[in-house]
Amino acid sequence: MTSIFRGIWVVAYRELVRFVSERSRLISSFAMPLIFLIVFGAGFSRMIGTLVPGVDYVQFIYPGIIAMTVLMNSLMSGVSVVWDREFGFLKEILVSPLDRRGILLGKASGSATVAVLQGMMMLLLAPLLGIPISFKMIITLIPVLFVISVSISSLGLLIATRMRSQQGFQMIIQLMIMPLIFLAGVFYPVNNVPLVMEIISKVNPLTYGVDAIRQVFLGSTETSVIGVTVFGHTMSILDNILLVAAFGFILLSLAAVSFNRSD
Amino acid sequence: MPAVSVEKLSRIFGTLKAVDSVSFEVNRGEIFGFLGPNGAGKTTTINMLCTLLKPSSGKATVNGYDIIKQQAQVRRSIGLVFQDSSLDEYLSAEQNLLFHAYAYGIPGKERKKRINELLELVGLKDRRKSKVRTFSGGMKRRLELARGLLHEPEVLFLDEPTLGLDPQTRHHIWQYIRQLQNKNNLTIFLTTHYMDEAENCNRITIIDNGQIIALDTPAKLKDCVGGDLVTLKAEDNRTAITELKQKYRVEPLFENGSISFYVPKGEEFIAQLVFRFESRLLSINIRRPTLDDVFLKLTGRAIRDEEASFQDQLKQASRQRMRGR
Repeated sequence: MTSIFRGIWVVAYRELVRFVSERSRLISSFAMPLIFLIVFGAGFSRMIGTLVPGVDYVQFIYPGIIAMTVLMNSLMSGVSVVWDREFGFLKEILVSPLDRRGILLGKASGSATVAVLQGMMMLLLAPLLGIPISFKMIITLIPVLFVISVSISSLGLLIATRMRSQQGFQMIIQLMIMPLIFLAGVFYPVNNVPLVMEIISKVNPLTYGVDAIRQVFLGSTETSVIGVTVFGHTMSILDNILLVAAFGFILLSLAAVSFNRSD
Repeated sequence: MPAVSVEKLSRIFGTLKAVDSVSFEVNRGEIFGFLGPNGAGKTTTINMLCTLLKPSSGKATVNGYDIIKQQAQVRRSIGLVFQDSSLDEYLSAEQNLLFHAYAYGIPGKERKKRINELLELVGLKDRRKSKVRTFSGGMKRRLELARGLLHEPEVLFLDEPTLGLDPQTRHHIWQYIRQLQNKNNLTIFLTTHYMDEAENCNRITIIDNGQIIALDTPAKLKDCVGGDLVTLKAEDNRTAITELKQKYRVEPLFENGSISFYVPKGEEFIAQLVFRFESRLLSINIRRPTLDDVFLKLTGRAIRDEEASFQDQLKQASRQRMRGR
């Protein structure tokens, strides 16, 4: 058991040290969400106006943009595994007495910590966009972002355990990122779209992550059209988080099996 | 209890028998060399002993721990230096060692002391804060050696520890290795395809196509060649060969305009030869057998160093290209 915990903190610690020494990553992971926020926010906000009383379009997509920042950074966990394999450092980790599950959890929680930090930095934009934030919101947001991020990291790790080259991994990630983001209710409420899109969106776990973050900012959406309804049940923050956590647990278990099998 | 004990260990990749039922024992405190050409199965064997690769069949113990059932104990008791660099190039030398110390759970006080000592040993103390990507190949290898020793392993595995290094650095690395063996009674298991390096080992296993073809001390292996190698040139090589065959009962080989053959007690033989030989001799050369000759004798082929170093260069070049990205 101790070797699992040691695995987690040692590997997570290295991820953080690496992050601090690589400043380019800091900037690049902000770029895409910011572009989306500016292009979509400025482009549609006048035309759309308020979605529900008190919520204009920018306020609606802003939580989704935070989710997007977290997503981009979380998938880096996989990049780091493929990177380590390509440059040999993975061997150093694998021959150490650290538990394999601990190593994976460490990768996931290391990149989740970075992702949460980056998500929090997006909060600096809130005053500029006229979005009220309170201390309580920030405190709630940290665990919410962390759970989402660990789950998405697990997805990155699962793919990474089977990949041998950076190019291959980047290709798959690029293919996945767009549908994950566009079909997660970042830019429109998922209850009011054509059926096929609705089904895909509701299978996409990121949808629940986005909804959880949105509820932190906009309060409970249980009675409004911008919420997420599954089989007639409108999701609360807790429902969302439990669902995302369950998804993450499954992915991480699969990743552990896959990681153990690869020589 | 032997440091390493291997019994009928095999590893098959598809249809290729990379390691084919090898058995051997490594004694405590010895330098044990695994010698063979590229692709002979050296790295595969090391990877299995280090629990990185599961054997297809057979069993092995390292420090008495089973490599399949007691992986955690095996990992804790061994140190490793890989053929390819396994350092994090974006961390400093010290950060790499710190990571290793944390991973092996070395307590705080010991940690600082040992890192200092080892950086001193491998002569990297003044570069401790530099990022590893600014290091030369030799410096990286020395740092890896330091890292492999940090948790005070009982067996140190070195996979081609001097591959691609200049002669001076190779010499240094060997100095460290011998120092370690003397001071700490450390068991060292290493692979190499450099014949001259293998001479430094206490015992050598020669491996070819996944099979062990010889295992002994370097001196005894060289004895099995059947004496010293005599090379000579005569005015008329053909009559000289006939004369050698008939009068001296040796089996001469004619190659590149010179005749060569093995005889026991070469010096005495030459004295006789010069005195009595009827054909006119142009030059005579005598040398002690090397491990190259042993390999040639056992397999009928030479370990082709030129070819090997060419492959190394390719490998090095492609690695650099990857890093440049």
